[in-house]
Amino acid sequence: MQCPKCRGNMRTYERNGVHIEQCDGCRGIFLDYGELETLSRMESAYHATPPPPAPGPAWGAPQHHGGHGGHYGHKRQRSWVNQLFST
Amino acid sequence: MVVLRRGEVVVKAHSLRDDVEALRPRLRATASAALAGIMLAPLEPEVLSVAGRAVTVWPAGRPIRQDETDSAPWEEGARLLARLHAVPLTLLPALPPAGGPARAARAVRRMTGDGPVEQLVRRAFAELPAPERLPALATHGDWHLGQLVRRDRWLLIDVDDLGVGDPAWDLARPAAWYAAGLLEPAVWDRFLGAYQASGGPALGAGQDPWQRLDLPARALTVQLAAVAVVNAARESRELDEVEHSLVESCNRIVRA
Repeated sequence: MQCPKCRGNMRTYERNGVHIEQCDGCRGIFLDYGELETLSRMESAYHATPPPPAPGPAWGAPQHHGGHGGHYGHKRQRSWVNQLFST
Repeated sequence: MVVLRRGEVVVKAHSLRDDVEALRPRLRATASAALAGIMLAPLEPEVLSVAGRAVTVWPAGRPIRQDETDSAPWEEGARLLARLHAVPLTLLPALPPAGGPARAARAVRRMTGDGPVEQLVRRAFAELPAPERLPALATHGDWHLGQLVRRDRWLLIDVDDLGVGDPAWDLARPAAWYAAGLLEPAVWDRFLGAYQASGGPALGAGQDPWQRLDLPARALTVQLAAVAVVNAARESRELDEVEHSLVESCNRIVRA
């Protein structure tokens, strides 16, 4: 395929399911029907879902992942108070 | 280690195990202007010797009472740690390494049994990753709520593990409690938020704080579990629920 702008040779690349023709000469890019929309969709998905801030380590107790675990009911337990104060 | 109070003076006889030569610069550091308002200053900047024991002398301060945990000054503790970590080492006497990592290793060595819990704790310790980078900042070395006293303001106490180290270790005990489901997330957020808002350097800027907390929090989890195992064995009892949650945390660590 020839570049519609400079008549150079166009090469086909595939990136994440989107076919892109790029001209070896002027580096211009040609998109097939619907591919601009696909790119736009991918771009907005990328911006819409920033990675959530990690609230704890991978090995944290289950409540860090949205569950209802934890031992907070025992916060007045002597053992827990000792933990808070002892070396 | 023995602590005696008489009136406004507290005398601390340090453990025979402690290295007196390491204690001297630590004590001088707490007496220095650079740590004024951060750590309690001693009444006497030199280590005394009584019957072969190293002794240090301090003004009395009011500790947090154990029935005051709901109103414990977590933020103030975090701010003091942030200020300590920011003190340039050039303003302090040459300090030995902070005691945190050695403490964790010692706790694991003190376990004498060889049951499944001991094996798990030892394995979690043995599999701790090597630190990728070693920041070298002023570090308390053994921080918990018992290390705060109030005079005209809150101050850090306990020189025994003060030194040069990775300051993330000072945040690692609350981090370990939080990861074990013991410390309420809201309290952890207050503590961590106050540390970061005070410009504390331990966790980097704008990153996931757990990048730097992960290793020391694992180590403290192992340490706390090992201490629990030793205490339970000494008292001939099973682990209680709080202690067991630390062992569960070790179990998640070896599977992570």
